[in-house]
Amino acid sequence: MPINVRIPTPLRKLTKDKDIVQASGATIQEIIDSLEKQYPGLKERICDERGELRRFVNVYLNDEDIRFAQGKGTLVKDGDEISVIPAIAGG
Amino acid sequence: MKAKHGFFTSLKCRECGRHYPTEALHVCEFCFGPLEVDYDYGLIKTVLTRAKIASRPTNMWRYRELLPIEGEPTIGFQVGFTPLVRADRLAKRLGLREVWVKNDTVNYPTLSFKDRVVSVALSRARELGFEIVACASTGNLANSVAANAASGGLKSYVFIPADLETGKVLGSLVYGTNVIGIRGTYDQVNRLCSEIAGKYGWAFVNVNIRPYYAEGSKAMGYEIIEQLGWRLPDHVVVPMAGGSLITKIHKSFKEFVKLGLVDDHQYSIHGAQAEGCAPIVNAMKAGADIIKPVNKPQTIVKSLAIGNPADGFYSIQTMRQTGGWAENPNDEEVVAGIRLLAETEGIFAETAGGTTVAATQRLVNAGRIKPGESLVLCITGHGLKTQEAVANKCGEAQVIGPHLHEFSALLDK
Repeated sequence: MPINVRIPTPLRKLTKDKDIVQASGATIQEIIDSLEKQYPGLKERICDERGELRRFVNVYLNDEDIRFAQGKGTLVKDGDEISVIPAIAGG
Repeated sequence: MKAKHGFFTSLKCRECGRHYPTEALHVCEFCFGPLEVDYDYGLIKTVLTRAKIASRPTNMWRYRELLPIEGEPTIGFQVGFTPLVRADRLAKRLGLREVWVKNDTVNYPTLSFKDRVVSVALSRARELGFEIVACASTGNLANSVAANAASGGLKSYVFIPADLETGKVLGSLVYGTNVIGIRGTYDQVNRLCSEIAGKYGWAFVNVNIRPYYAEGSKAMGYEIIEQLGWRLPDHVVVPMAGGSLITKIHKSFKEFVKLGLVDDHQYSIHGAQAEGCAPIVNAMKAGADIIKPVNKPQTIVKSLAIGNPADGFYSIQTMRQTGGWAENPNDEEVVAGIRLLAETEGIFAETAGGTTVAATQRLVNAGRIKPGESLVLCITGHGLKTQEAVANKCGEAQVIGPHLHEFSALLDK
């Protein structure tokens, strides 16, 4: 089942300027792999050499930071929305 | 690259070192690392001297070669050069010999250090052609964006958690800005703003203008060195929210050493957060590199209540590299800290200032700051903005009728 993923500005060159793309998978990890298949190069932008999420990347599943859930193993289901957002400064 | 004066040359990724043009960019397209302004220090060294700085007006623009705008500042020319107060009475209470308070509670125009970052951000935003400016804020930044945008004739939107202190909400509304209160934490406001910045082409000072904005904090460090008589202190204690200020204080010290404006000297930079939201302190104390975000901050120190600090990692590096430490006093200690600073030095700081004083007390008690060493406290915002925190905790006015005998009776009690 396709799940909507919101793409931040710095990555839109890879998604042909689309701000929302669709991906499929049962976990965040599978969603990332699905994105990589459709938009080659996207995975290395958000994950480091070891496959871990980069330090300055935040991933939210329906408004919840996945670090508060099971990280990349967090389960996703039909109708969920995922956002990839760079870390930003204080205020 | 069209920098007129040529002192700042590009934006550079802090993680992978890739260079970008000096536009409204904040994130490395390749690795998502934060972009930072890069300077031509060789060129700056040929023109910037102590004498030249001392000859200029007493505001933060006296260090302008080290601040990232191309022309003259068009917003916030009067900002900075706040008093560095020799705090002997506070020193005595802390058991130290030499204590200084860098008093940004009287920064112009909105009584917090945020006026420094905002004057750089808005001057730069205007150079880049923006007409609408915005921010995500825990209060102080919103006040500063609203006021400085008003004085510069720019339209502004400020986004804040809806439950902020009354003084901080009113302190934005009065300038005629658009205040958007979000039902949620600062981190949720932050996230929304990141999405808004992507959709509307506005200058979000702490999103797409962040590399320029963050540099404004360095002026606090330059001023400390100059006001100490061109020397570095042994210790500095800095409040941490997103963690940008502490890293920029460190950068400012390193830059002055590199430029030969001050003699190198071992210093330690310590960080302070409140117990109810201390992701950076917790990571520092645990010896960890990874910062576990705080999902639901619970503290009276709302200005520091950022659960997912963007510069947390670099804050930890700053403290480790300088031999500093981190402390997280509880709300009761924070209130005591506010009162201690007010009662000894006549300076009424907001909750972040109370946190800094209380953290210092802990650092002294633990022997991390020794009696003979010099110390600077960075006090970043005014207490009138967070009156709720100390209401009913400082006693009450003694009310009498307009009669001498009533007053005399009161004195005799």
